Amino acid sequence: MAYEVNGQTIEHDEEGYITNLSDWSEDLAKVIAETEEIEMTDEHWAVVNFLREYYEEYQIAPAVRVLIKAIKKSMGPEVGNNKYMYELFPYGPAKQACKIAGLPKPTGCV
Amino acid sequence: MSDDVKKFLYLNRKAPYGTIYALEALEVVLIGAAFDQDVSLAFLDDGVFQLTRGQDTKEIGVKNFSPTFRALGDYEVTRLYVERESLEERGLSPDDLQEIMYEDEDDDWAEKPSIRIVSRAEMADIIAAQDVVLSF
Amino acid sequence: MSTLHTVNKSPFATGSLRSCLAHARSGDAVLMIEDGVYGATAGTGLSDEIAAAARGGGIGIYVLGPDMAARGLDAGRVLDGVITVDYAGFVDLAAKHDRAVAWL
Repeated sequence: MAYEVNGQTIEHDEEGYITNLSDWSEDLAKVIAETEEIEMTDEHWAVVNFLREYYEEYQIAPAVRVLIKAIKKSMGPEVGNNKYMYELFPYGPAKQACKIAGLPKPTGCV
Repeated sequence: MSDDVKKFLYLNRKAPYGTIYALEALEVVLIGAAFDQDVSLAFLDDGVFQLTRGQDTKEIGVKNFSPTFRALGDYEVTRLYVERESLEERGLSPDDLQEIMYEDEDDDWAEKPSIRIVSRAEMADIIAAQDVVLSF
Repeated sequence: MSTLHTVNKSPFATGSLRSCLAHARSGDAVLMIEDGVYGATAGTGLSDEIAAAARGGGIGIYVLGPDMAARGLDAGRVLDGVITVDYAGFVDLAAKHDRAVAWL
């Protein structure tokens, strides 16, 4: 199973998470988002970029409440709240956004 | 805090990469943090090796999870008790440990250290004050 | 408020028993189980240390009989001051104390 991006083949697991984290690129993120039926807006990118930075620093994907708290801090409460996050990523902010961000599937959270 | 909040202590006594205990403990802490309990971590015996600075696992092909301890503050886990005698027996001092900070919500988000160095007798008292002790 | 400590490793292989004894407080109980039962025998290099902990400090020291029997350790070789319990005795100890701490 693989994504096709700019003529490159990028492996993913049965749920769509990429196998090799260093394969990630913004173009790949757009391709994954498309398969998730998500059109990437600035708010989507803010979440995806935050997740990537968090993973880079701490080697884990944050729990949803940690994610929401951080987005609230950086982008304000109208974006950083549970309801809006689910509007951006209807199948679960951490699960879907992590997939688009090229991170491993988060353990034990949505 | 309401009455159904219990005091949980995760007791870490193993070095980080030789066995899976340390990583498993950290994963349980992160998942367990969702349950809004009063959680703290204790590091004694070889467990103190989990917090040393400068860990680099690139060449042994396993994940370096030491940076993850620095995320614990985001999960409201802000007390990491480290036993002084265990450090000393291993030729370590508190300066050999990485810096782990949390933001204190009740003090205008001031940054404070999460690591608290305690004596063996204090560690015994900390254990005795818990509702639940989970050993790793 | 007291604690039941369990030790399941041989004291000749790890420092778990020693560390446990160093953190037990007056009124606590220490129960040796599985390979921990090797710590309950008399005439070893650690007997004096363990016997001293059993005598002083107000700590009750126990050993699980079935784990001794499984390893061929005769009841007559149990250190003075160490009390042998069966599974029901283990349950009683767990019920009597406020928390259990495993020294792995």
